[in-house]
Amino acid sequence: MVDDFLLRAALAGLGLCVAAGPLGSFVLWRRMAYMGDATAHAAVLGVALALASSLPIYAGTLFVALAMALAVTLLGSRGHSADASLGVLSHSALAIGLLAISFLPGARVDLTAYLFGDVLAVTGRDLIWIWGGAIAVLALLVWRWDALLTATLNEELAQAAGFDPRRERLVLVVTMALVIAVSVKIVGALLIAALLIIPAAAARSLARSPEAMAGLATLAGAAAVLAGLWASLRFDTPAGPSIVAAAAGLFVLGLIAGALRRG
Amino acid sequence: MPGLFGGRTVTLIAAKGLSVRHGAVVALQAVDFAIRRGEIVTVVGPNGSGKSTLIRALIGLEPAARGQVDRAPGLRIGYVPQRLHVDRVLPLTVRRFLSLPHKVTDAEAAGALARTGVAGVEARQMADLSGGQLQRVLLARALLARPDILILDEPTQGLDQPGVAAFYRLLEDVRAETGVAVLMVSHDLHVVMSASDRVVCLNGHICCEGAPRVVSAAPEYRALFGLGTGGALALYRHDHDHDHDHDHGHDHDHGHHHDHGHRHDHHTPEPADG
Repeated sequence: MVDDFLLRAALAGLGLCVAAGPLGSFVLWRRMAYMGDATAHAAVLGVALALASSLPIYAGTLFVALAMALAVTLLGSRGHSADASLGVLSHSALAIGLLAISFLPGARVDLTAYLFGDVLAVTGRDLIWIWGGAIAVLALLVWRWDALLTATLNEELAQAAGFDPRRERLVLVVTMALVIAVSVKIVGALLIAALLIIPAAAARSLARSPEAMAGLATLAGAAAVLAGLWASLRFDTPAGPSIVAAAAGLFVLGLIAGALRRG
Repeated sequence: MPGLFGGRTVTLIAAKGLSVRHGAVVALQAVDFAIRRGEIVTVVGPNGSGKSTLIRALIGLEPAARGQVDRAPGLRIGYVPQRLHVDRVLPLTVRRFLSLPHKVTDAEAAGALARTGVAGVEARQMADLSGGQLQRVLLARALLARPDILILDEPTQGLDQPGVAAFYRLLEDVRAETGVAVLMVSHDLHVVMSASDRVVCLNGHICCEGAPRVVSAAPEYRALFGLGTGGALALYRHDHDHDHDHDHGHDHDHGHHHDHGHRHDHHTPEPADG
């Protein structure tokens, strides 16, 4: 008999992977990894806002993650160095978020739950947020898939085919904010980007098409979630880092398998 | 503007008094430009002259600071980018690429690849193609859109000299077969295809335009490119004789001396033929 909390944890992790596989692939293809980090760090500030205003955590993280993602996109398109603006915004948001949480009156907030996740404490209500968000993200990505891919290859190519590349970039930014907002509780703000990037990178060496890479990334993520949860239970390690470490292991296996296949 | 897109010589894209700014920099100033059905127009200009900006404005990617761009309703554009960098992290076969973003059948894909001279590359990864193959695959994809106009941004970068000639011949044939208009950007009038109906010389504004020979002899063009051999415009071949009079100066003005595949051999002594 599987314990309820473990089942909920597994369901939460798998829900995240449904969205993180395809989205993480785009993050790699478009080199948005650092942007993922910045948005995730901003989510900590969202947690503080939510706790202060007694809104749901997800509403706070979603709001701040969206604001961060849009700010970064806007700065990038204005010709500021993306690296510099991301660096400033990312670490400022994290620091201010941590400060804000420390100022919260009376609340004994377990900071580590938001930095490293607390997947074993996922509730039924969390599951609704996570699966709802994941399915919304997946639907959006599937709907815009060909336009997103074209815009990823070349902006002019997309524009000439009748798609506004700025709109497609916005789709990715919004979906990333959504995924990050719902996954704070699972792996925490510091490791979310890892769950976007590492399964997709593991899938790359085995895939021959973008769609295969996205699908394999979801499978790799799911395997990492299950393996990480098992390890967490077996060795009493923190769940979030265990999941990310398992994903890293899969990445190495993917490299080896890819090298063997190429002979 | 009634009648702009009507009549026998249909205007496909027209810019009127178009100015484009990049921040404080004026990239294009009061450009009047039009291309009609079946025309081959080449835009030449040194690097930084706003050629790519003009193309981006014509397809709707650069907002006009002044003036306007009109495209014929329902205009289908086949676009060939200057360079398509497909990162190794993105697995993408040629076949899949040809269906982006609009699905085409296997037969259509095979036909287009055969037409552009790269039959049978469907299963290859985009990242593994040579420069010449990539250029032909890009053209095949552009043709699959059944375009009214082909827009090519420096399409011959990465091609060797016979490759450039073959590529231009291919464009001419396609125009003859389908009546597609061709708008091409080049930094080098020496390799502008002779079939160009018009050459537009651009340097932030339009300096001069006309038939290839007229433009190459125009004082504005010579001032910009520093060429002394107005009559040396060659069909499908580079001429090297101006190098000897001009100390390779234009080479540096254009900034195209790095990493493109033309065999200029500017610095190799050759028998002067001019």
